[in-house]
Amino acid sequence: MDLQKLIKGKTELTGKLSKSSPVVISSRIRLARNLSNIPFPGWAKSKQKREVLSKCREVVEGFQPFKGGLFVKMEDLTELEKLILVERHLISKELTQSAEAGAMAVDSRQARVIMINEEDHLRIQVLKSGFNFNRIWKTIDELDSAFEKNLDYSFSPELGYLTACPTNLGTGMRASVMMHLSALVLSNQMEKVIRAVGQLGIAVRGIYGEGSDATGSIFQISNQQTLGESEKEILKRLSNVLKTVIEHEYNAREKLFETERNMIQDKIGRAYGVLKHGYLLNSGEAMNLLSLLRLSVDIGMLETDWRDIIDRLFIENQPAHIQVMAERELEPSERDAKRAEHLRRSLIELPEPDFNKLTF
Amino acid sequence: MAKPIECNSCNLPATVHLTQIVNGQIKKIDLCENCAKEKGVTDPEGFSLAELLSTAGSSNSETKKGNSPAGQGLVCESCGFSQHNLNKLGRMGCPDCYKTFGSILKPMLTTMHVGTGHCGKFPEFASDRMDMQKKLSQLEKQIAKAIEEERYEDAALCRDQIRQLAEPVTEA
Ligand SMILES: [Zn+2]
Ligand SMILES: [Zn+2]
Repeated sequence: MDLQKLIKGKTELTGKLSKSSPVVISSRIRLARNLSNIPFPGWAKSKQKREVLSKCREVVEGFQPFKGGLFVKMEDLTELEKLILVERHLISKELTQSAEAGAMAVDSRQARVIMINEEDHLRIQVLKSGFNFNRIWKTIDELDSAFEKNLDYSFSPELGYLTACPTNLGTGMRASVMMHLSALVLSNQMEKVIRAVGQLGIAVRGIYGEGSDATGSIFQISNQQTLGESEKEILKRLSNVLKTVIEHEYNAREKLFETERNMIQDKIGRAYGVLKHGYLLNSGEAMNLLSLLRLSVDIGMLETDWRDIIDRLFIENQPAHIQVMAERELEPSERDAKRAEHLRRSLIELPEPDFNKLTF
Repeated sequence: MAKPIECNSCNLPATVHLTQIVNGQIKKIDLCENCAKEKGVTDPEGFSLAELLSTAGSSNSETKKGNSPAGQGLVCESCGFSQHNLNKLGRMGCPDCYKTFGSILKPMLTTMHVGTGHCGKFPEFASDRMDMQKKLSQLEKQIAKAIEEERYEDAALCRDQIRQLAEPVTEA
């Protein structure tokens, strides 16, 4: 696999293809689909999984947007290459363990991603930066219909798309956003938010790290229920909840600067200093410092171009990316040095956050 | 003279003989009329080979006391996935498992989801394809019947219809 092409290419999440936005880093929708008359990957024989792979491969590769992209089988990848794909949020850890006939297809923008033989035969995903469900739904709906022209999906009029796990029945759709909720974390309100939205059938989980202590204050928020509502209804309900969460984050930001201005200024100032002058940074610390810089952009203290770079650094901060950059395997302490070096270089022209430009 | 086959559950002569494919293996079971009725073999929906086998086994030998057959329950005829697998993995084996385990699943769906019926997208092409196949096989039957009854003009008409039906599909 050409890792450099994958890492350096202009992509939806890390390139300059689309502008980053405050609070919401990216949105994604995924559809779970299975071929009829073949057991789900967790129960299928390897011959059946290979049959699924070849059928899906033919259809995916025949679809125009995937022609400039990449198609890889898990069995052909090294552990490091698999990790890179996971760190770029293209595939799940579960797929990397599916050595038998597991595969991934991605288009050149890294916006459309197909997983084959993960939990379901097909996991179709579309992702975009920012808060963007309507456009994503349009793209994924077209993609799904195009595949369906040539694949017999397993479907029941009562239960909808039949999936390996009953939690995905019906639409088979999981819509999610990756959100940067720095002020809610700093003011210890995340647990309250997680509980409140949980009661509405919406799940919140930390992207980097566990539970509410997510490193970098980045969370994934998604619908839990897939049956009993149409795709549009699910997206609408989720969007309403997300809008409320965004509003809470903005309120928390204002409040933070009202009541604890010195504390937050100190944190941002230190983040700036350490990122520009540190020589050893583990990934958790780097994430949290970058999170403070992202907050500074959102509230006007840095130019918005910097947010695109910060979002890219969130991804490049992770262990596999650091090792690919170093072009060799690194001990954890060596990684911390390499990571600090990469951050210093990437942020060499970063100006000091300007507290006079504070705007909400 | 061959000894009559004994019921797997009691020892009376067996009159009901079943063959099923479970996990890719052919399994045979023989039952007397009473046991067959008792175990719901006459009701195809309620029949489970795994349950039958496990109870048959335990009545023959008293050794498997600790192994309760309760976890076994239903088995999917299409893929051999058992209720035990379902409980352990929390996932289904194949699309047909939803029919096999429907009764277990139904009450779970109400707590899991907003509703229990699908309200979303339909795979349009698949249902078109299914309709098409039904129409085609119907027409083929009509042709066979027409030829048998020497109504050759009718057969030709049906053939034209098949040709017309097939055209848009090959284009797509
Ligand atoms: Zn008997
Ligand atoms: Zn099954």
